[in-house]
Amino acid sequence: MRHIVILGNGISGITAARHIRKHSDDRITVISSETEHFFSRTALMYIYMGHMKYEHTKPYEDYFWEKNRIELRQAWVSHFDFDNKSITLDEGTNVPTELTYDILILGVGSESNAFGWPGQDLEGVQGFYSFQDLEAMEANTEGIDRAVIVGGGLIGIEMAEMLLTRDIRVTMLVREEAYWNGVLPKEEAEMIGRHIREHGVDLRLETELEAIHDDNNREAALRVTSVTTKNGEQIDCQFVGLAVGVHPNVKQFSDTALETDKGILVNEFLETNIPDVYAIGDCVQHRNPLEDRKSVEQIWYTGRIMGETVARSICQTRTPYQPGVFFNSAKFMDIEYQTYGQVPAEAPEGIKSFYWEHPGGKIALRLNYREDNNTLTGINNFGMRLRHEVCEKWIKGKKSIGYVLSHFRDAHFDPEFFQRHEKSIVAAFNKHSPKHNVKLGGKAPFWERVWG
Amino acid sequence: MNNIQKIGLTLFVIGFTIWVATLSLGKYTLTEGILSDTVNVKKEHYDLLKAKAEPMFGKSYSTAFEFSNDFSKIQEEVNEELRKAEKDDQVIYDNYAFIVTKASSEGPITEHTFLWFWLSFGLAIVGALMYIFPNNRLLPGIKNDHIYHHPATSRGWIGILLGTFLIAFYVVLYFYPQYIVNWVLLVDPISEALNGGPASQWFLYGFLYTLCILIMGIRMIIKYRHSPYEQIRSVSVMFFQTSFAFIIPEILVRLNQPYFDFKNMWPLDYDFFFDFNLNELLSNGTLGLFMLVWGIALFVLAVPIFTYLYGKRWYCSWVCGCGGLAETLGDPHRQLSDKSMRAWKIERYMVHGVLAFAIIMTAFVLYTYFTGQSNIGPVSSYSVRAAYGFWIGALFSGIVGVGFYPLMGNRVWCRFGCPLAAYLGLVQRFKSRFRITTNGGQCISCGNCSTYCEMGIDVRAYAQKGQDIVRASCVGCGICSAVCPRGVLNLENADPHSRVMVAPEIMTGNDMPKIK
Ligand SMILES: Cc1cc2nc3c(=O)[nH]c(=O)nc-3n(C[C@H](O)[C@H](O)[C@H](O)COP(=O)(O)OP(=O)(O)OC[C@H]3O[C@@H](n4cnc5c(N)ncnc54)[C@H](O)[C@@H]3O)c2cc1C
Ligand code: SF4
Repeated sequence: MRHIVILGNGISGITAARHIRKHSDDRITVISSETEHFFSRTALMYIYMGHMKYEHTKPYEDYFWEKNRIELRQAWVSHFDFDNKSITLDEGTNVPTELTYDILILGVGSESNAFGWPGQDLEGVQGFYSFQDLEAMEANTEGIDRAVIVGGGLIGIEMAEMLLTRDIRVTMLVREEAYWNGVLPKEEAEMIGRHIREHGVDLRLETELEAIHDDNNREAALRVTSVTTKNGEQIDCQFVGLAVGVHPNVKQFSDTALETDKGILVNEFLETNIPDVYAIGDCVQHRNPLEDRKSVEQIWYTGRIMGETVARSICQTRTPYQPGVFFNSAKFMDIEYQTYGQVPAEAPEGIKSFYWEHPGGKIALRLNYREDNNTLTGINNFGMRLRHEVCEKWIKGKKSIGYVLSHFRDAHFDPEFFQRHEKSIVAAFNKHSPKHNVKLGGKAPFWERVWG
Repeated sequence: MNNIQKIGLTLFVIGFTIWVATLSLGKYTLTEGILSDTVNVKKEHYDLLKAKAEPMFGKSYSTAFEFSNDFSKIQEEVNEELRKAEKDDQVIYDNYAFIVTKASSEGPITEHTFLWFWLSFGLAIVGALMYIFPNNRLLPGIKNDHIYHHPATSRGWIGILLGTFLIAFYVVLYFYPQYIVNWVLLVDPISEALNGGPASQWFLYGFLYTLCILIMGIRMIIKYRHSPYEQIRSVSVMFFQTSFAFIIPEILVRLNQPYFDFKNMWPLDYDFFFDFNLNELLSNGTLGLFMLVWGIALFVLAVPIFTYLYGKRWYCSWVCGCGGLAETLGDPHRQLSDKSMRAWKIERYMVHGVLAFAIIMTAFVLYTYFTGQSNIGPVSSYSVRAAYGFWIGALFSGIVGVGFYPLMGNRVWCRFGCPLAAYLGLVQRFKSRFRITTNGGQCISCGNCSTYCEMGIDVRAYAQKGQDIVRASCVGCGICSAVCPRGVLNLENADPHSRVMVAPEIMTGNDMPKIK
């Protein structure tokens, strides 16, 4: 019986533990300093907003771990002795414990970025990643009424939405000329920007943070009172949320033999340079990223897939990490977003792009396809749900744009009675690209026939 | 909360307080006339009661409580003497306390019924609507903010107070209706208008029930205005409650036809096969016969057919009255259902136990009906039906079922106690096109779906491993799909064999090869 030690109880580490347990009798220990049990990081915002309590974010009931013989240790690993296959656990007591492993899996996640701005360590300035960040945010936003969010990405908009529920006025500083414009094409970025403003957020585009200031009160703890932007504007605030991305949590390995760059470097089998040490999840940097994949991908499901893969390598056969067609999803306040395949902010050479937006301005679709052979390369859908399997099949099967649109009903995943958009989309496409002359196939549901 | 909402809340609280306060208004005075004319006291009972009640004549009481207790004592004394004299066959079993107390109430409520109706119900309705309508200004979308911060929706002090009130209300309604005759008097004019007769406590209950479904239904339609599924479903339960459950039966009574709720069905309607009901239906010509056949067809044909096609939601969250109340009045408390595995185990034993009890009880009843014998072996069919009526009909479906909304969620009865839900659930689980599909690998395990499942289904447990949700208890309310921030869940009907009953070895999005 091997002793498999997993560092990090996030989605990657826990998925690995569960799948190893399914296929082996090895001893499994999961260590994390953050919380005793696995919880869903993606749901942290809902705790703050009062949609859920912490206990609701735990995907498994507390008895699960003992029943599945997964030992949990809430401790900080302060030292790695890879030569002797031993790590040092700091459990808050004076005596650190040594733990030896046969196999070590590192799923240590990320940390929030902060780019060395003056004042970034003041009280009331924070990132949003961990459970402790949530607690800090509760404390930092108590009784305040002005906040600034730095960064126009997914965590920034989540923080803005959170603060709005506490009636705190939010200013969002975004470097790009539209919200999340580094990732979203212009039309989508503008649509989301409008929606953010509609919620009363003061969205400032092409604005960068210069410095964060305190009240110069040397007696008390130093608290933020304002920020200045590179354009020289000063904005009063009692809270600053730093949401300018995350980086792999690798500083802790700097004086070890573990090879790191941006993240922990791994080969396609998720093996690090040290024997019997694997890395999975947010903290990973792929030495040879797969086609259409970035070397560092901090996404929930990639962590899950790496956990599934490493478990198979350990228990069954050595298996390379093989995520399928890229996909992801998010929610911008009230607008849901899904993406499949490749939809870069700027359509690259040789790629055509078709964009459709509902007159209400909250539902949109973009289809990217190759100019030469018309095959679909990517989908962005907003305020409308599409079926993952179908989109994946289209992209993997290199279906043509004409095929995709004429079969568009197959991908429909909105609840019953929702307004259907297939007809408008196909009509818009035929106008956009008359040579195709697509005919929508499939059968309309009866409510579409009733309401036209 | 804006100013209109604040005023609305204040008006609601005032109306509600006045409503409760009406119980203390007026006096209660028994006269010979009341006993003889105004109420339906049987002739033979009248003589017996009158002799004993004489000291009460003309004496005025300030509360229904004291009055009805004194009157009940008199009835008890009469019975005591009858038993002593071994005239057991003459013992009075009718509950006269309610009708006599109601007839003896006099004062502001009887003199200015309309005024007090508007001061109580009117203010509360207007206030509630003023509180609800302004939410229309919010941007459409899921707005569950502060549900777990608010004492009304997170088992805080308001929730506990509300639960206590509801439980007390049901106890009084079922066992001591004589204490709330003033409430019944308030709705007398409505009852007169609908069925031509005075109101009973059951009419009051039906009126309140319908009112709650309508007002809280409007709230649903506004809250979920980004979701046509939720809106149409809410309109449906509002419609079935108002017409089928409330107005049509009253009109039938006015037309001297049997009281009949065309959408209620056995075994939820557990007294459908009771002799009084069968006799009534059979003695009412073609319409009565039609009602009998209809009532049987509902559970013999409609349940299997519609549940096969659409899942049990066609009834539980679109038609049923209990479901209607849960989906409207109970919506603010849906998140309080217990999602643990333990609760699921208890649920399966309990709900199927009640179904078995309902079937056995009905078998007893029919045996007695056809053979005329009241016992099977040592067990009396009357005691079985009485036990069912008390434990399941009153305690479970009313007191626990609704009283515990703010404490255990809005589907306590449907989940743990409803025999019809158990029956529909068996069809849904084993032979139905219905399932909740999960969308490939998109789930981020956030837990919104499980939290807001009123039936306590751990939806996430399925979604995060790519397995369809096929559960006997799912009522298809669609809220999991509405609250999911990643568009993972969808209520669908398709070939029963296409339901993904076992989690795939590898989820969509992972291209590693399968291992045989
Ligand atoms: C607010 C927020 C919202 C998000 N929303 C989405 C979303 O909608 N969709 C999506 O795809 N992704 C989302 N993400 C990203 C997603 O949550 C991450 O990709 C994922 O959680 C990473 O999982 P992991 O297992 O790699 O690491 P983590 O979940 O970060 O787990 C690592 C754990 O290891 C612990 N640890 C590290 N070092 C040590 C040590 N030395 N000793 C002890 N413990 C240690 C850490 O404390 C942490 O608990 C979101 C992230 C955040 C912060
Ligand atoms: S609400 Fe959606 S994303 Fe969240 S756990 Fe449920 S299915 Fe998954």
